[in-house]
Amino acid sequence: MANSFLNRNVSETQIRLKDRIWLYAISFIVLFLLIVPSLVVIPMSFSASQYLEFPPKEWSLRWYENYFFSWKVENGFNDWMSATWTSFKVAILTIVVATPIGTMAAYGLVNGSSRLSKILFPIFISPMMVPIILVAIGLFYFFVQFKLVGSVLGLVLGHSLVAMPLVLIIVFSALKNYDMNQEKVARSLGATRFRAFREITLPQIKFSIVSASLIAFLTSFDEIIISLFVAGGDNSTITRSMFLALRDQIDPTIAAISTILIIVSSGLLILVQLLGNKDKST
Amino acid sequence: MSLTSNNINQNELRKLAAREGYTFFGLTVPYLVMVTALIAIPVGWLFYLSFIGRDGTFSFENYERMWKSKAYIKIFITTFKISILTTIICAAIGYPLAYFMSQLSRKWANICMIGVLIPFWTSLLVRTYAWLVLLQKKGLLNNIAIDMGLISEPIKFVHNTTGTLIGMVHIMLPFLILPLYANMRAIDKDCMKAASSLGATPSRAFWTVFLPLSLPGLLAGLLIVFVLCLGFYVTPAILGGGKVIMAAMKISSNIELYFSWGAASALGVVLLVVTAIILFIASKLVSIDQLGSR
Amino acid sequence: MLGHSGPYFTISRVTMENSSLNISIKNVTKKYDEFYALKDISLDITSGEFMTLLGPSGSGKTTLLMVLAGFTNPDYGSVKFGDEEVILKPPHLRGIGMVFQNYALFPHMTVEQNVGYPQKLRGVSKSETSKTVEEALETVKLEGLGHRRVDELSGGQRQRVALARAIVFKPKILLMDEPLSALDKKLREEMQIELRQLHDTLNMTTVYVTHDQKEALTMSDRITVINGGELMQLGTPNEIYEHPENGFIADFIGESTLIPVKVKKSKALIGKTEIKVAQPLSKDGDFLLVVRPEKVFLAPPKKKKDENYFEGDLLDSIFQGESQLLVIKLTSTEGEEQVLRVRIPNQSVTDKALPAIGEKVTIALKVADSYVVS
Repeated sequence: MANSFLNRNVSETQIRLKDRIWLYAISFIVLFLLIVPSLVVIPMSFSASQYLEFPPKEWSLRWYENYFFSWKVENGFNDWMSATWTSFKVAILTIVVATPIGTMAAYGLVNGSSRLSKILFPIFISPMMVPIILVAIGLFYFFVQFKLVGSVLGLVLGHSLVAMPLVLIIVFSALKNYDMNQEKVARSLGATRFRAFREITLPQIKFSIVSASLIAFLTSFDEIIISLFVAGGDNSTITRSMFLALRDQIDPTIAAISTILIIVSSGLLILVQLLGNKDKST
Repeated sequence: MSLTSNNINQNELRKLAAREGYTFFGLTVPYLVMVTALIAIPVGWLFYLSFIGRDGTFSFENYERMWKSKAYIKIFITTFKISILTTIICAAIGYPLAYFMSQLSRKWANICMIGVLIPFWTSLLVRTYAWLVLLQKKGLLNNIAIDMGLISEPIKFVHNTTGTLIGMVHIMLPFLILPLYANMRAIDKDCMKAASSLGATPSRAFWTVFLPLSLPGLLAGLLIVFVLCLGFYVTPAILGGGKVIMAAMKISSNIELYFSWGAASALGVVLLVVTAIILFIASKLVSIDQLGSR
Repeated sequence: MLGHSGPYFTISRVTMENSSLNISIKNVTKKYDEFYALKDISLDITSGEFMTLLGPSGSGKTTLLMVLAGFTNPDYGSVKFGDEEVILKPPHLRGIGMVFQNYALFPHMTVEQNVGYPQKLRGVSKSETSKTVEEALETVKLEGLGHRRVDELSGGQRQRVALARAIVFKPKILLMDEPLSALDKKLREEMQIELRQLHDTLNMTTVYVTHDQKEALTMSDRITVINGGELMQLGTPNEIYEHPENGFIADFIGESTLIPVKVKKSKALIGKTEIKVAQPLSKDGDFLLVVRPEKVFLAPPKKKKDENYFEGDLLDSIFQGESQLLVIKLTSTEGEEQVLRVRIPNQSVTDKALPAIGEKVTIALKVADSYVVS
């Protein structure tokens, strides 16, 4: 039984499964190590003890309580909830800023002169290429001059900067797979350029744009380094608060927050995968 | 056939063509403004600052200090050491996985891909924290080892180079796998069949046909990982416990603790230049257009 | 011709507007760096005419069509629809209907919505729109398919939807860019006739781009042959076929063998043999005799004055269904080996037997059909 399973052909060049068993083994181990560590946090967050046992000897929701009711704490300790709220606000605003700007730029790149595109594309990708620590301190210095440190606007600007290249790449890719002749036809039938875009192109790339927005949201929500320098005072992001807490001491509340973050990102990721495949290409 | 020099409507047509060009360029302007205002200018300003000494005048002292100071040299060595080690480990364990995935059917490959993407999109902090908890003295790993009788005392897995490496490899692995997998998927399966029909054993076919064809993707992945490692902050800061100091951490501490912008900027500029050189090499190996065809 | 019966289109349903527009193209030039896509093209298309722009790929024919549509702006030149200069007008104001090579139907809309789109853009009322959409669909024989989605249609059906969409608002000018190239041969030949009928019924000026010379000959009132961005010849299908103005056109249109001819002192010589030519020979020099396979025939035993004769050996005899193709190596030319093709229709089984391979044959060509080009 096992013999015939192992002797199965797994490749068109007649390689048998048992010859490749080591490859399967390594791959499974690596995949395991990729996924599991993050997931281990989930059960640990329900551990009653200060030391986060795995598996938990006693189950408790105390760390979640700590998180959700942190706004009640008066003693200057971590106000996780308001940090979460700030992160959320900033992430939504990042969608509002990054998505239109990135989409317009993608459209301009796809339809404009190819010479210009070759020059512009590296410039547009640069926020992903410049070491983020440098961007962070640069922004910090810059924002100090304009009193934007610790402000929501500053955070939105910084996060949008990092999210825009991703929006650009996603929308650019969608437009490249789209038949631009349809806009030409619409124009020959009497539509202005803008109307043709709005009524013909936009409906066909809308899923990619939504995916891009979700990616922008996630990028902003998870963003740490720029937030470390630019956020502060009343406006700390959840990532910044977590980082500072981690550096100082291990607050088990972080396990609870991490679990929530894992669920949120996984959910968004699944949404993006589902939507990303829905744009039709003729 | 000679051309008449009537040139009817020439000027108007030229204006029309120009206007069209401007429209498309105009769409990219908001993006350009953002990049200029938020990257070009601040980083340019930092560049300028790096040449301002402690007394406020133009000087090279910030750069000189990096040359001469033992602490800085140690930081450079540490940064490079960890980056290179991380890159090598990622390549060693990432290549087999990417290869494995590229040989699966689409359906199964996509399922495995979810396993790569979920950590990719899980917050950096969460993953780093998970390792912190797993590797600490009273953490899972030590507990299991002690329970199984493998060791009698907890091993120090974290707050040192080992822990930092483990964490960084975990974070960086998807960055290697994604371009490598894309490249491998695109390799024409018929090439391997041809090699086989010409008499190559599967192993020979792999080394002489598949591997060379997968090199562009591998190189791209290696360069991306290396560049990211150089400038990495969060994971070494947390898992290194203050003992492993990388360049980004020094930049940060220069500002947070010492307010020495000159020193921080200089180090930042060095980091930027090294990154730029490496990316330039990468851009010659992988065409940017590949990003467009996902 | 193809055995269809009955009228293709119900004429009474379609309201005819009596004025289509003529198109006047003057000195249109388009350069890409050093490359001339269009070189000083001037052309007049009469109102209601079916004009085909014919040429090989890269000849500039599609570029010219795009200039007419307004998607490509030339470097200079003038395009007038009727009396109005339209060269500076954007595409959506030119009032043309256009069918693209790949149809470019809107996949997120149904057939009805696709065809109704131009009406929507013009602010036509919903009731009027559905009326005209129905008319248009009937005209292209797709009545009843309005609710279908684009991906449910076959290639031929999609082509008709693209057509319906282009004519629903009764444009005065219709532009078509190789609309039939994606269809298989049989369907293509049927559609050629249908398109021509549609043109006649709707009384539009149609500009049609193709690289298929047979298609051009079948459908057009006049053909413009374009090559290398230049206008080669303008004429009716008959003129172009029978009297091509140069070697390129003679070669591109129909099958032909081009035999080098030297003209000296008004005498035409192939090798040492003199031949009589259909047109007056004013200049000396090197020319080409255009020999079409269907115009030559096996020489009858008695030689006649109004025929030219060529001697040769029969290399090959190929059965092609409705005709037999004879491949003959001429012995009457000097220098390079000249191969002539002769097409003999297989008219009846009672016809005389054809020569065998290897035999010596004599081929005849009427002087009236002996036509030389430069």
